Amino acid sequence: MIVAESKPIKELLEMVKGFKKILVVGCKGCVTVCNVGGAKEVAILASTIRISGKKEGLDLVVGEHTLERQCDPEYIDELKDIIGDYDAVISIACGVGPQFISERYPATKVFPGVNTKFMGGAVEHGVWSERCAGCGTCVVHLFGGLCPIARCSKSLLNGPCGGSSNGKCEISSDVECIWDTIVLKMMEQDRLDELMEFRPPKSWTTARDGGPRKMIREELVK
Amino acid sequence: MDDFKPQIVAFCCTNCASSAAKVSHGMKKALPDNVKIIQVPCTGRIETLHLLKPFEEGADGVYVAGCQADSCQYIGGITKAAKRVAQVKGILEGLSIEPERIDVFHLSAGKGQEFVEVADRMVNTVKGLGPVLTAPNRN
Ligand code: SF4
Ligand code: SF4
Repeated sequence: MIVAESKPIKELLEMVKGFKKILVVGCKGCVTVCNVGGAKEVAILASTIRISGKKEGLDLVVGEHTLERQCDPEYIDELKDIIGDYDAVISIACGVGPQFISERYPATKVFPGVNTKFMGGAVEHGVWSERCAGCGTCVVHLFGGLCPIARCSKSLLNGPCGGSSNGKCEISSDVECIWDTIVLKMMEQDRLDELMEFRPPKSWTTARDGGPRKMIREELVK
Repeated sequence: MDDFKPQIVAFCCTNCASSAAKVSHGMKKALPDNVKIIQVPCTGRIETLHLLKPFEEGADGVYVAGCQADSCQYIGGITKAAKRVAQVKGILEGLSIEPERIDVFHLSAGKGQEFVEVADRMVNTVKGLGPVLTAPNRN
């Protein structure tokens, strides 16, 4: 899933300062699963903004709406009858959401309510960890099913750097050295020799470095 | 400020806090009438939104009264509630509202006096802070 975190409320209030009618829009996709942008969080943020309005003596109208997804135009369309009632929209979907809303409703002022962090998963309740950097040409099979691009701080492809120590990365003792894990896993599977093969520098043209990406599936295009 | 009577909402777990409330009733220890009690089967059920709503509706303070951390019938109810209270403290701080307006208390089932003391303590704390509307802006 795409993992995000709430923006600090102070920052958010500063963004929407002066707006009297604010619509908070959630998404039932990834951000619901990582507990940051679903219907529950929409209600919490809306309530928080109302409390701040009360405190400042402002007569704020704060609406709540949660879409099936904010990354599909048909769901964004669902806002068409209500969006005109508001001066500002806060989207608490990943960064795709506020952009899809901005594109569909050009007159609307849209604000991001979360900071989009990474693609990853829940490693325990309340803890998420990065797994994929979206490089565009997946090679995890070469590394025991683990991704050194997203999970090694230097994205090394030919073994660990000299900073690997007791399974931890040199950048922080909180960060696992994925190369340590890759080597152990390949030893367990009796495939260590596969790591001896030289991996030439990866072409990053399929990654973000190649510019904004687009995917066209002709069989699906109407 | 002396005539300010803060409105306080207290979420209490049926097992501990509410039986303490019964004892206090038996002891004729009166609970302040500006503390509104909401009973819940377990404080672990109280969500962040439940703790925010009273403030939205005009309450000046909110607290959760539940078991001791090691005596929750549902294992970790009060511990979860305490984490949510901490989250709401953070939210209030972000709004420049004193985080002391929300708190969590661990009570023992039979101690009615404690139940009333906690209510009094919360009333006094919030009374000292004044209404939310005039809370001083802090940076
Ligand atoms: S190799 Fe590329 S696509 Fe595969 S997990 Fe790593 S970053 Fe993602
Ligand atoms: S210590 Fe490990 S994870 Fe960190 S940069 Fe070096 S090889 Fe990569």
